[in-house]
Amino acid sequence: MIEAELSRSAQRWCKGATGVTGAAKLSGGASQETWRFDITHPDGVIGTILRRSPKGYGAAPTRAAGLAAEAQLMQLAFEAGVPSPRVMHVLVPEDDLGTGFIMQRVEGETIARKILRDDEFAAARPRLARQIGGILAGLHKLPQDKLPALRSRGATQEIAEFDRDYRSLNWPKPVFELALRWLRDHDPGPSGETTLVHGDFRNGNLIIGADGVRAVLDWELAHLGDPMEDLGWVCVNSWRFGEIDKPVGGFGSREDLFAGYEAAGRKVDPERVKFWEVMGTLRWGIMCGGMMQRFREGPDHSMERAMIGRRASETEIDLLRLLSPRGS
Amino acid sequence: MQDEPTPIELTKSVADFLRNDITPLISGHQAFKLRVAINILDLVTRQLTREEGSDAAEVERLRALLGIDGSVTDLNRALAERIAKGEIDLATPGLAEHLWATTMDKLAVDQPNYASYKREQGRGG
Repeated sequence: MIEAELSRSAQRWCKGATGVTGAAKLSGGASQETWRFDITHPDGVIGTILRRSPKGYGAAPTRAAGLAAEAQLMQLAFEAGVPSPRVMHVLVPEDDLGTGFIMQRVEGETIARKILRDDEFAAARPRLARQIGGILAGLHKLPQDKLPALRSRGATQEIAEFDRDYRSLNWPKPVFELALRWLRDHDPGPSGETTLVHGDFRNGNLIIGADGVRAVLDWELAHLGDPMEDLGWVCVNSWRFGEIDKPVGGFGSREDLFAGYEAAGRKVDPERVKFWEVMGTLRWGIMCGGMMQRFREGPDHSMERAMIGRRASETEIDLLRLLSPRGS
Repeated sequence: MQDEPTPIELTKSVADFLRNDITPLISGHQAFKLRVAINILDLVTRQLTREEGSDAAEVERLRALLGIDGSVTDLNRALAERIAKGEIDLATPGLAEHLWATTMDKLAVDQPNYASYKREQGRGG
């Protein structure tokens, strides 16, 4: 039972802790799990989250930064005032819990459709696009000399990588070919500046409360690159969850996003943002193809995975709307 | 020729049974999986209903665009290759119309409730 290990661990690094209760797995694939639990403490219960690779699953997928880097980034973000959970402990071998870290639990909602529909968030919604601009600016300003080792990826490399991923699927899709051509023709080349890029900053990876964004999650795709990538990805239609006229996560306008970003002292390049939005749309489409392939060939023969394969056509219509719009 | 009911009718009867009789009995994660299962059967029913007609129209457009004959799979592969080589692009007459028509036919099966699809349908299909 994981509570015994968690309890022994918490008592080592959390002064006054007497044990843990309520451990429950929130999500988990074969290699990475998220658990919630409470630390019992004389000053009151401390709500916490464990992110870990269980023992024997040390190796991260190639694109992932790794849990140790994730912990370091979240802590840096927290210290810089970017909404982020406070990292409380990075797992060590004595914990007997695998590799990963424990962070403070931030209360709020992550389910995109709830954030877009529920009354609780009605007052926050119109402010979110601008707030997200400010948060991304803060994230892109994190001091580079303090960052963990991260892969570095520019536009040209990303195009080549997606081209290879797409071809490996052996799944001829004229719309994807068209998008790949467009991306090559519009490759903006190396960015004028290289910053930390979150890599998966979107509606669904943010904890949101009635007061706005409370935490940025899922740093596993963080890398060094063109900061405009994050601005493009947050606008991909797949993350608008039906609110297609509000490009920023279904919350608001690009103008608000850009204004929030520039108010925090950073410059937007709208052409690059558009490039990364097209790239991001194709990226999700190819990921849907990857799900189909894993459904067919891999151990996860689930209905959910099969149906994600059938969502690639959503990205095809969105690519056509971006590249060959039919007029208004 | 096979006997009836048709596959469309058979699949629909299973989907309706799960939707109407089983859904009220199930909760939690199994209820979520049941919804996915029903969605799959509905998708299959839509595909069985529409595929023959949409594939025939797609093949006709592809033959005109490429000037060659073949199955819908072969012709799609050929079009993908020509776009990759830069021999056909959005300036080629008929390409944009073909991709739009094909994509709309796919969404009609895959995700008829997808907001982008509904918006484009409002423009007249």
